[in-house]
Amino acid sequence: MSQSAPAVAIRHLTKSYRRGGQVVSVLENISFDIASGDFVALMGPSGSGKSTLLNLIAGIDRPDSGELRVADVDIMALDEAGLADWRARNVGFIFQFYNLMPVLTALENVELPLLLTGLPSRDRRERVEVALGMVGLADRMTHYPSELSGGQQQRVAIARAIITDPTILVADEPTGDLDRVSADDILALMERLNDELGKTIIMVTHDPHAAERAHHIRHLEKGVLTD
Amino acid sequence: MYLLKLILRNALRHRLRTLLTVLGLLVAILSFGLLQTVVDAWYTGANSAAPDRLVTRSAVSLVVPLPVHYRDKIRAIDGVRSVASANWFAGVYQEPKNFFPQFAIDPVTYLAMYPEYRIHPDQLRDFMRDRKGAVVGRKLADTYGFKLGDVVPLKGTIFAGNWEFVVRAIYEGATPKTDTSQFFFHWEYLNETVRTRAPQRANQVGVFVVQVRDVSRAAEISAAIDAQFRNSPAETLTETEKAFQIGFIKQTEAIVIAIRIVSFVVIFIILAVMANTMAMTARERIAEHATLKALGFGPGFLGGLIYGESLAIAFAGSALGVLLTFPVAQWFGAKMGTLFPVFEVSGETVWLQFACALVVGVAAAVVPAYRAAQVRIVEGLRAVG
Repeated sequence: MSQSAPAVAIRHLTKSYRRGGQVVSVLENISFDIASGDFVALMGPSGSGKSTLLNLIAGIDRPDSGELRVADVDIMALDEAGLADWRARNVGFIFQFYNLMPVLTALENVELPLLLTGLPSRDRRERVEVALGMVGLADRMTHYPSELSGGQQQRVAIARAIITDPTILVADEPTGDLDRVSADDILALMERLNDELGKTIIMVTHDPHAAERAHHIRHLEKGVLTD
Repeated sequence: MYLLKLILRNALRHRLRTLLTVLGLLVAILSFGLLQTVVDAWYTGANSAAPDRLVTRSAVSLVVPLPVHYRDKIRAIDGVRSVASANWFAGVYQEPKNFFPQFAIDPVTYLAMYPEYRIHPDQLRDFMRDRKGAVVGRKLADTYGFKLGDVVPLKGTIFAGNWEFVVRAIYEGATPKTDTSQFFFHWEYLNETVRTRAPQRANQVGVFVVQVRDVSRAAEISAAIDAQFRNSPAETLTETEKAFQIGFIKQTEAIVIAIRIVSFVVIFIILAVMANTMAMTARERIAEHATLKALGFGPGFLGGLIYGESLAIAFAGSALGVLLTFPVAQWFGAKMGTLFPVFEVSGETVWLQFACALVVGVAAAVVPAYRAAQVRIVEGLRAVG
């Protein structure tokens, strides 16, 4: 990525779905940039298109038209295999319901994305221990998700998101399933990742309290960016 | 290693479901193995036939005897090494259900032609000296508790009257596939008795067993034997021992075909059960598959997980099924007594069992693996919560 290029550059992005024979517009002519190292919150009511926009930025959905460059890569030009490879190297995912593999321990869950890097087992293990240490779960490495609280599971998911040192972190309602105390812990951790590691974070949230942690807040209303 | 661990843990995620599927596979593979072994047992005679042995019988029917003097004419044909005779006796031991094959033979040439019947020299000598003596196979002796010196009474059916034989020898099989359920006695004893009871039936034999010097000339010699007796009152039909045995099997071929079909139907049923298990598995894990795809794992990885899990379950069930096939077949064979002279699980059957398990494992995973590979990430992630 060049020095001046934004982490995310969006131009005239549109997206629609077909529902029951009708075309429903979800995003209309969206254009904005997210600078490298920024922490952006996407807010808006249900159905405003914020999660769809996040999915497009993360490369797990495709827009109808427009331009979308992430880390200076035109991801719309990538085929499915190329996009999967790009996601593995550039995107860290934090989901509302953590999306951990229930049959894997915390350590194994965090190790999962490293399988795509070709790192030897010992190196993977070292990196996982560092990542779990960073999220404060060094003593829970051998625990399965069912043995962890919601907040702890989300920490494991964050460790998994940062393990490959991705360009951007995308978080879809990361505190939506947590109590206030756990939510604050997770938001504090995300702030640390942004401040100390310089991670670019794009977070979708309903929660104004969570959005306050972001550097910038972008509002969507019926698929249109309002500010 | 990581992938293997993930596959095995996934397989054990729903322990009861996996256990029931493995049990189903076990029963199916075991049933398949037993049914295949029954089919093999049917073909034992044909499979153990020697290529240098021919069987000459009446061209009219197997139940029509041949004159014993044909023996010398057959022996004189170029390429014939030796000729022995055998008569099907069909006596009843105690009650009709106690069936075992009984043959009146000319012992010196007949037993020399069947080196697979191993007889201790002392016992063979005792048998040769006693015209009422009998040689019984190990399986037959074990089934009915026959010991050397025991008198075995048989009630004649083809050859009426009560007959008594003394067990003088017990033969062992050269291999586990050798039929040791037979009962042999002297043709001379039969002929002498028949001569007094029904003289018109004396000096006749059921079949001649002809040993040839050169296997490649078997067809030519068969034709020469039959030509020798063409236009005679008792024309002959000569064929290889294998063809002769298969002729018997063909009479019951419908049963064999039915058994074969049932064995594969069992496999098809377990395939449906297994496919249902894997379909449920894949459906429950849509969100996980979507997550894996989001993280950058390709369709091949997801397909590999499903195939791996399906094959792991199939292998577990089949391995247990194969292991159980041996003791169950042994028990079944013992229960069947001498109905199946040889009831051994063959190496081919074991390979077939594993091949069926492989087919089940692969086929059951085809659709779920395809669906997992094709899952749309955004839709799959909505399945959470």
